[in-house]
Amino acid sequence: MPDRRGYFGIYGGRFVPETLMPALEELEEAFFHSLRDKNFQLQLTHLQKTYIGRPTPLYFAERLTEHLGGAKIYLKREDLAHTGAHKINNAVAQVLLAKMMGKKRVIAETGAGQHGVATATGAALFGLDCEIYMGTEDMERQVLNVFRMKLLGAKVTEVPTGSRTLKDAINEALRDWTSSVRTTHYVMGTVFGPHPFPVMVRHFQSVIGRETKRQILAAEGRLPDYLIACVGGGSNAMGLFYAFLADAVEMIGVEAGGKGIETGEHAARFAGGSIGVFQGCKSYLLQDNNGNVLGTHSVSAGLDYASIGPEHSFLKDSGRVRYAYATDDEALAAFELLSKTDGIIPALESAHALAEVGKRAPALSQNTLMVVNLSGRGDKDVQHVARIKGIKL
Amino acid sequence: MKTRISETFKKLRKLGKKAFIPYIMTGDPSLEKTKEIVLLFEECGADIVELGVPFSDPLADGPTIQRAAERALQNGTTLRTVLSFVSNLRQVTQIPLVLMTYFNPVFRYGTEDFISNARNAGIDGVIIPDLPPDEAGDFVRTSRSHGLDTIFLLAPTSTEKRIKRVTKASHGFIYYVAIAGITGANLLLDGSMEILIAHIRQYTENPIAVGFGVSTPDDAAHVAKLSDGVIIGSAIVKRLHENPDKLKDYLFSLRQAIT
Repeated sequence: MPDRRGYFGIYGGRFVPETLMPALEELEEAFFHSLRDKNFQLQLTHLQKTYIGRPTPLYFAERLTEHLGGAKIYLKREDLAHTGAHKINNAVAQVLLAKMMGKKRVIAETGAGQHGVATATGAALFGLDCEIYMGTEDMERQVLNVFRMKLLGAKVTEVPTGSRTLKDAINEALRDWTSSVRTTHYVMGTVFGPHPFPVMVRHFQSVIGRETKRQILAAEGRLPDYLIACVGGGSNAMGLFYAFLADAVEMIGVEAGGKGIETGEHAARFAGGSIGVFQGCKSYLLQDNNGNVLGTHSVSAGLDYASIGPEHSFLKDSGRVRYAYATDDEALAAFELLSKTDGIIPALESAHALAEVGKRAPALSQNTLMVVNLSGRGDKDVQHVARIKGIKL
Repeated sequence: MKTRISETFKKLRKLGKKAFIPYIMTGDPSLEKTKEIVLLFEECGADIVELGVPFSDPLADGPTIQRAAERALQNGTTLRTVLSFVSNLRQVTQIPLVLMTYFNPVFRYGTEDFISNARNAGIDGVIIPDLPPDEAGDFVRTSRSHGLDTIFLLAPTSTEKRIKRVTKASHGFIYYVAIAGITGANLLLDGSMEILIAHIRQYTENPIAVGFGVSTPDDAAHVAKLSDGVIIGSAIVKRLHENPDKLKDYLFSLRQAIT
């Protein structure tokens, strides 16, 4: 748990304009109350089972394992959750919380569009108004998700400022929230931002790791040797890792290496960043010497972000979790590989975790157990990948 | 603690006057222009000047000041250049200067170095919209020891608990945000501001200046009656770029309205 002020070691905190401070205090109280609220817990558990489709399977990827010829690879199938990614775990829980707090409207930022779709879904489910902020560049990369959000009844607002990606969508969502805070809840999509978002989103995602633990014990009779997950803001990784933090399990978070660290066009905060304060919390940040935030690049919109959840920064410094990165090309190769070996098209985000598996698994013995968080499905990326490969659909 | 800002408000209070606090983004479109504007502010009767520091992600600002920050960044304006600009500016004016900056440039600069260098350059107070007092313990202590005023914000959403905390950490003046929103939004005069400001006064002797959303002389006159000073930013920046010939008249009309 973070400390009372939302710090994981030296990372975290609550760096927002005064207008939002009362709302964060109210949210903190509502969230901690919900942990003891039987009614909330019952409703959430019921929705997880009947609406989200939990538990998601833990699948032994036999053909990928054979192909790589080393460690035994399991995939935690968050891609099979409703709306096709782990984002729904957090979005439905937060919208339920917002409803209980008496809020009439929810807003969210989205990068890849998965969190926007998940929030729009939650809003439809509970009958709340919904507005999603999305950078122009991301809207182009993820046209299908833009249309899905509209079908779900959400208003999608284009953010044409700054780098026109996730960070700019967050700025705009925060500006909206500052103006609408009395009636609106901001559904932050990852383990980032001002306290209590990092701890709250981790909590709502930690169901991934709890299920995984039960499932791997049932399948193998022991805990895995490795957990691997991609890290944008870091919610799918925290969701998988959290239940195992006290166990002897090695954990690896995989950032977006973009076109390579040396090119400067990447989103590998631990490889190229330093400590900064951005969008509500203190964490690693890609910034210049004057404290301005640098542009980022990744083939996957969901990893294309200049900072990283504060708990990840804490886990990196403490050495509990190791962080690697995969380049665009490595992720694209992994995207195609899993499609062919196991008939699963992964999200480009998840493909970064699979790229790391491809680097490690062959050198490990066949009784090594590796669990990868397959955080989302790749349908949303198919058009984008075709474009990159120069194929006209 | 006697500072240039507290002395200004004391003097105004004695005269039964209210402070006129115009804002300009430093380096938009150039440092020479900013210097010219600051001197124009002084000529038009400003009591305190607020200088913006550009940042890549100004999340408390509306489109007008976002654009101003983009232009200033494109010209290479940084926190460092703003401080040396202020040093130079001090050779021609002694008007109280308040810096408005986001926290990350300060954090990256080094908080203690920033406070000491800002003071040496001639800055009198600092407003950091994304640094609430909850995160500003060290910042407030160090600023106090250097004689730098720490100006925190209160908003229409502020609770009793927040008002107590913010008034305690504030020195120089308290920045009351007129609207729950971002800079440059529309002001809504529905009588609630009067009640909220009266409420804040129960907790502090500090002057209260009002900003965010003040744009016309009528707005300014209304707000001045309820507070100790009026801050005008986006509306000035907008005129500077869209109608520069009218800027001087506009500033005079604001000065006249703030009584």
